[in-house]
Amino acid sequence: MSNEFVPLFYGFNFYLFGLIAIASALLFVTRKSPVAAAMWLVNVMFCLAALYVMLDAQFIGAIQVIVYAGAIMVVFLFVVMLLNLGHAGAVSDLRGNAGRLAAGFVGLAMLAEVMVLARTKFPDAMTLKAVHGLGPVDGTAGVIGPIAGPLFNEYLLAFELTSMLLLTAIVGAVVIGKKRNPDAR
Amino acid sequence: MLAESLALSALLFTIGVVGVLTRRNAIILFMCVELMLNAVNLSFVALSKVHGVGGQVFVIFVMTVAAAEAAVGLAIIIAIFRHRQSVNLEDINLLKG
Repeated sequence: MSNEFVPLFYGFNFYLFGLIAIASALLFVTRKSPVAAAMWLVNVMFCLAALYVMLDAQFIGAIQVIVYAGAIMVVFLFVVMLLNLGHAGAVSDLRGNAGRLAAGFVGLAMLAEVMVLARTKFPDAMTLKAVHGLGPVDGTAGVIGPIAGPLFNEYLLAFELTSMLLLTAIVGAVVIGKKRNPDAR
Repeated sequence: MLAESLALSALLFTIGVVGVLTRRNAIILFMCVELMLNAVNLSFVALSKVHGVGGQVFVIFVMTVAAAEAAVGLAIIIAIFRHRQSVNLEDINLLKG
């Protein structure tokens, strides 16, 4: 929101982390070595965690560092190590001109869509409204409480289904990744 | 800071899409998908400052699904690597008619 007063320090740090995130993301998609790419992606995730904290979502910021930068990226690096892919191949894995053309086209299309959406006046039925009972985030009302309340009340079913999903994913990952023993059958 | 956050989110998402479209390494492709999920999370968090804390709750769900997706996807990559000794997508063309 451009009309609200933004302190200089806050704004400076916001733009700083945003620019670092963009630069790291660009370095991430252009690195040849998977390990270097993963390190730059971790950098993006740390910057996003900083932005979450600045947007009054401190718990999400902590979860971002622990789950994304800590757990998910370690799984990626573990697979890179397991398959011995750490070195960049002799040939670049960048696709040919067709892929670049497609990427440029999709990028332009998305940019055009953002431009159009920014100038569109939506009908009332389509605009976002605050959910009943969930007010705007109050930065002073504690960090975890405002999230835990809806998570265990309004979204309890989704929360329980998430545990089912995780169980299925664990079993699936073990079954798919397990080495098949040719003598077994 | 809402407009800036949404612009940054769109930019990061586009960088992720460009990565998916231009890289051939399956692992880097997965990382690009993670970057796209992160970009969407940023817009959720930014909008939750205005429209209620539901966005932050949804970010937790997105992170859970991302973790499950990474685990299953990387297991599939390992299984394919056992067959083909490669994670290059050009080498994986069994269904390509």
